[in-house]
Amino acid sequence: MTVTMGLIVPGLPHPVLCPDANPGYRRLADAYGRARELIAAQQPDLLLVYSTMWPSILGHQIQTLPHPEWVHVDELFHALGSIPYRFRIDAEFGQRWKDAAIVRGLDARTVAHHGFPIDTGTVVALKLLNPDNAIPATIVSSNIYADRAETIVLAKAAKDALAAQGKRAVVVVVSTLSNRLHTDWIDPAADAIHSAKDEEWNQKLLEFLGQGRLEDVAQLSRVVQKQIRVKKVVSFKPMWFLSALMGANNRYVGEVLAYEPVHGTGSAVVALTPTVASLGDKEFDEEDVERWIGNREVLDAPPRAGLADAADDDDTDEVPELPTAAPVTVAPGVHVAASRAPKPVGAYPHARRVGDLLYLSGVGPRQPVTNAIPGGPIRYDDGSPRDYDIAAQTRATIENVKAILEESGSSLDKVVDVTAFLVNMDRDFAGYNAVYAEYFTDVGATRTTLAVSALPTPIAVELKVIARA
Amino acid sequence: MPKGRIVAGLLAPHPPHLIYAENPPQNEPRSEGGWEGLRWGYERLRADLAKIDHDAIVVLSPHWQTYVGWHFLGVPRFDGLSVDPIFPHLFRYRYGLDVDVALAEAIEAEARSAGLVTAMMRNPDFRVDYGTIVSCHLTNPAWDKPIVSISSCRSAAFYNIDVMQAQAVALADATVRAIEKSGKRVVLLASNSLSHRHFTSEGDVPEDMSREHVTSHAQHLWDMKIVNMLKSGRTREVVDILPEFSSQAIAETDAGSFTWMLAALGFPTYPAELYAYGTVIGTGNAVMGWFPKEAP
Ligand SMILES: [Fe+2]
Repeated sequence: MTVTMGLIVPGLPHPVLCPDANPGYRRLADAYGRARELIAAQQPDLLLVYSTMWPSILGHQIQTLPHPEWVHVDELFHALGSIPYRFRIDAEFGQRWKDAAIVRGLDARTVAHHGFPIDTGTVVALKLLNPDNAIPATIVSSNIYADRAETIVLAKAAKDALAAQGKRAVVVVVSTLSNRLHTDWIDPAADAIHSAKDEEWNQKLLEFLGQGRLEDVAQLSRVVQKQIRVKKVVSFKPMWFLSALMGANNRYVGEVLAYEPVHGTGSAVVALTPTVASLGDKEFDEEDVERWIGNREVLDAPPRAGLADAADDDDTDEVPELPTAAPVTVAPGVHVAASRAPKPVGAYPHARRVGDLLYLSGVGPRQPVTNAIPGGPIRYDDGSPRDYDIAAQTRATIENVKAILEESGSSLDKVVDVTAFLVNMDRDFAGYNAVYAEYFTDVGATRTTLAVSALPTPIAVELKVIARA
Repeated sequence: MPKGRIVAGLLAPHPPHLIYAENPPQNEPRSEGGWEGLRWGYERLRADLAKIDHDAIVVLSPHWQTYVGWHFLGVPRFDGLSVDPIFPHLFRYRYGLDVDVALAEAIEAEARSAGLVTAMMRNPDFRVDYGTIVSCHLTNPAWDKPIVSISSCRSAAFYNIDVMQAQAVALADATVRAIEKSGKRVVLLASNSLSHRHFTSEGDVPEDMSREHVTSHAQHLWDMKIVNMLKSGRTREVVDILPEFSSQAIAETDAGSFTWMLAALGFPTYPAELYAYGTVIGTGNAVMGWFPKEAP
């Protein structure tokens, strides 16, 4: 297991700078101390820190200066004092993580400049969790525009890097629960959660976390952002990040080590350790994204009007050229979302490797990006039947299979078994069979062809393929 | 002692790219230029400012973000290294600056007595924000005038932009009262861009001007609407539509700096001097000036 424990910690400087101004601040400082012991027991190779207080715009940034050193002052709570620091950063891991992020379609860069402003949250977390730098750390920014897909792909890239380097990590996300501060100066001794509503939401989150229901909390991220968070970034992302890194499930032992108000915010220290016996997986209603294929590229984006035209034209065989990703070697158990294949219409990956075999989800003729169906759809929008070209649909389907196989590090000639589904056996078998032969005569794959009453979109053919990886 | 007054109000945006492009000795990364339109505009602004006698520069920066009140630098001298958190590859700047602490304290006291939440920043280890540094460098690269730097209270994010504007106007009134009592001649800087949707990626050469353009036509239309209104002296109307502008153009005007400056100038009805408009990584930036006439 590459991630042995997850920690949620608040980032405000009070437990470091004035732990005795309020008994709650002291309890938070003590909880950090307890978390430090839990980390030590895990004997991790790495502390992986994601802080909501380090915003970025150009993708995600990963710190790779081996020993960043500074005297930090918080821009708001400067009166509490300064925090001198010198940290130990795993630059090699940071580099690897950045590369893995790029392979998964993200924009990412490393930063290694003396004086780079490390955020208060990261400084506080590392000072309290790793005071003697016993464990090397890696720290990453939170992109202000990134939403769920990008955030979980970033987490998966971290997993790739951990696997590649054979490292075990404890993940630390730096974030309060409710983040609404009192907007006036307060007597620290009289600190209290900003409002009853924030308190109620915090209690609900703590109940879930205490039961180890991390993915349930992750699924609430957008609601939490709306209810108890200042509109500083687009979403409450740390739970997405943490859950994606830890396996996107609810199978943890959750331990709330402290929960206290800090200038009105809901500041909690929570530890999550994977376990088999627990509340288990519940209902997951969002896609488990493997690769970032969204388009925020404003420099080189193809004109949108052109794409819309292509999508309207059923007979088009002109598909906008997509950037070709470097082939990814897929490790066993890994899901693949191929960037050159059409987006799945449900919550499934394009391909999944088990042992030496690659299982592909059913593939149809829809075109990547435009979603157009070469050869035309089999019915009009009103449901009435429409003439279509089965040869063109079959050819497009096989080309999609080919793209997915190649992005997964396999190829058409490694196909072992094909199941073909046709919506009209009498009308289409001959046309389908002729195109199939062009591609598969020399491959020698076994094949079964079935007639089915319908496929999920207005297409006539779908292939289910198993190939050698 | 004659009454102090505001001698200029400047819209002085702070993209660090403009300093990077200029290659001043304080900045470590080197460039081949770029963003000349904006930089030439700043040159003309500096030439105009050189003709105006002034004692101090007061800047309000969106990049000193405080969720509890409006803060004021309150240490006489800062020397340090400013590394841009978003663009560290092009801005690593050694700064040394003097603060007009007396004026800062005077504005803070006026603001506090007007009911605003405030704080003096007295920690000598504090790192001055890069918005303040870039705007001050571009208007006064010699750094030979003391500054007052005011934080951006994030009322727009915490409540909404109307609350921010109301607070910014109250802060402006406090600023004017303090300046008048000080007897000083003061330049105000609103350190903010206009439309602010960034590109989220960057070419290999940041200063490659073949890749620089406004992020979208809509952003351009909004920027031109605002610039044209300012050119024709319709500042109060601009402040009225600032909530729509700030949300639709994701504009940095949500920081309060621009409202504060226009309010301190008494919402001028005379045309602004337009020095330049240009984009930086897709965001819209106007360099503009207002020069109130001396009372006869
Ligand atoms: Fe800015």
